[in-house]
Amino acid sequence: MNTSLERMSPWLFTLGIFVLWEAVCRVFKVDQFILPAPSATFLAMAQYRQALLRHSVVTLWTTMAGFGLAVVFGIILGLIVGWSRTIYRGLYPVMIGFNSIPKVAIVPILVVWFGIGEIPAILTAFLISFFPIVVNVATGLATMEPELEDVLRALGASKLDIMLKVGIPRTQPYLFGSLKVAITLAFVGTVVSETIAANAGLGFLMVQAGSNFQMPLVFAGLLLLAVEGIAMYAVFAYVESYFTRWAFRSSMSAAA
Amino acid sequence: MAGTVDVVNDLVDIDDVTLTYKGASGGVLALRGTTLAVRRGEFTAVVGPSGCGKSSLMKLVTGLVRPDYGEIVIFGDKVHGPVKIAGMAFQNPNLLPWRKVIDNVLLPLEIVEPHRRRFRRDKRKYREQARALLATVGLDGFGDRFPWELSGGMQQRASLCRALIHEPALLMLDEPFAALDAFTREELWCVLRDLWEKIGFTVILVTHDLREAAFLADNIHIMSARPGRVIMTRHVDLPRPRDLDICFEPRFTDIVHQLRTKIAEVRQA
Repeated sequence: MNTSLERMSPWLFTLGIFVLWEAVCRVFKVDQFILPAPSATFLAMAQYRQALLRHSVVTLWTTMAGFGLAVVFGIILGLIVGWSRTIYRGLYPVMIGFNSIPKVAIVPILVVWFGIGEIPAILTAFLISFFPIVVNVATGLATMEPELEDVLRALGASKLDIMLKVGIPRTQPYLFGSLKVAITLAFVGTVVSETIAANAGLGFLMVQAGSNFQMPLVFAGLLLLAVEGIAMYAVFAYVESYFTRWAFRSSMSAAA
Repeated sequence: MAGTVDVVNDLVDIDDVTLTYKGASGGVLALRGTTLAVRRGEFTAVVGPSGCGKSSLMKLVTGLVRPDYGEIVIFGDKVHGPVKIAGMAFQNPNLLPWRKVIDNVLLPLEIVEPHRRRFRRDKRKYREQARALLATVGLDGFGDRFPWELSGGMQQRASLCRALIHEPALLMLDEPFAALDAFTREELWCVLRDLWEKIGFTVILVTHDLREAAFLADNIHIMSARPGRVIMTRHVDLPRPRDLDICFEPRFTDIVHQLRTKIAEVRQA
């Protein structure tokens, strides 16, 4: 009985928030222009469902494209950085500096280079989400047990052998953990770019709706962003638990 | 005996070796003028106060680090790089959690020649070999479990198998039983004793446990505090095969006592 309650609790909490939100709007008679009630928001969602669907799809695919690039480059760069201490030391400050730049500031540059549209959104999603992947992959390699490395090196294993047999497999939990963070960041990147320079996507739609004073539609866009974010997070949480079941059961054998 | 070089019978000769670790705050002299010889098939133990460079000795013998001065000869050849004839086990079993126990044991065969080349083709034969080895250490039927399903002692048994699967001439053990409880430790002494008597490899065991050294070894080398060197070699003349009961005989406790006294002396110095 307790477990079924536990399983239901995410839905109950979500429902509770909507109920509270609706109640606050009605009791205090909040102006729809300030904060539309959920009922109004869902009404707008139904009314504009075709436009919302079209723009959601654009946001989703640009985010996934940027995220895909981030995964590929993140893994490659992470392996390079984790490979040698010299590269790690040299590249790390550069990456920290790069990551500290607010990505909003880069969008205008991307627009100058690639024009308005999907490409700046994809690139912003990529730029914002590849950093945690790099850091996690590099950390996974850098925290390899030195004794284990000794065992293999004494047998004549090359650096590549050690990477393939130990480094890369042990990095998997770090990698899949970082994907969950990266996918939510990728949505941030896409929407930031869409609100500044795009002619499609949920970010673009929300700016348009806002300038037409259609607040319920703005909130409908927000809700859809949240839904997309949760859905993709769930996908990668499942991927993580599928590929790295050993890591959750064993606590990396570091207990000894 | 330590200090005499006998090319025919010695497997390992460490001759007047000095090793400095280069750290951020200057070098640390780990070993100075260490000389030690191990005969083929001998069970050698190295004991000493903590931080005396025993682990450095392990790295030197396996060719993972090079001495600043002096030389190490294995099988009549000077050591220049990883020796490839050694198996190693440490205090932490270091099994790979994503591999089943048997695949952990097989890991060295995927690395070391000539098995590496044949590994894919002869996989079934190698697996049989690994299963047989696991059975000899009492892990019959545990090959298809994952390491986290095993107790600490069982993991250490698997770690021993991994160190021995490629039939190394030399087994290097760095405090392999230090993290285990007393009963499991004594059990594993017997496992190691039986493996050694059955297969006949050469062992260098680094340990803090004087009873462990006295029970298992033919010769015990005592090292000084850092910078370490061998200051005394004690031959253990207890008859073999040794039984755990021997630990309670006066001649055994005499040896342990003598070692204990010497180490206390070294620690004070």
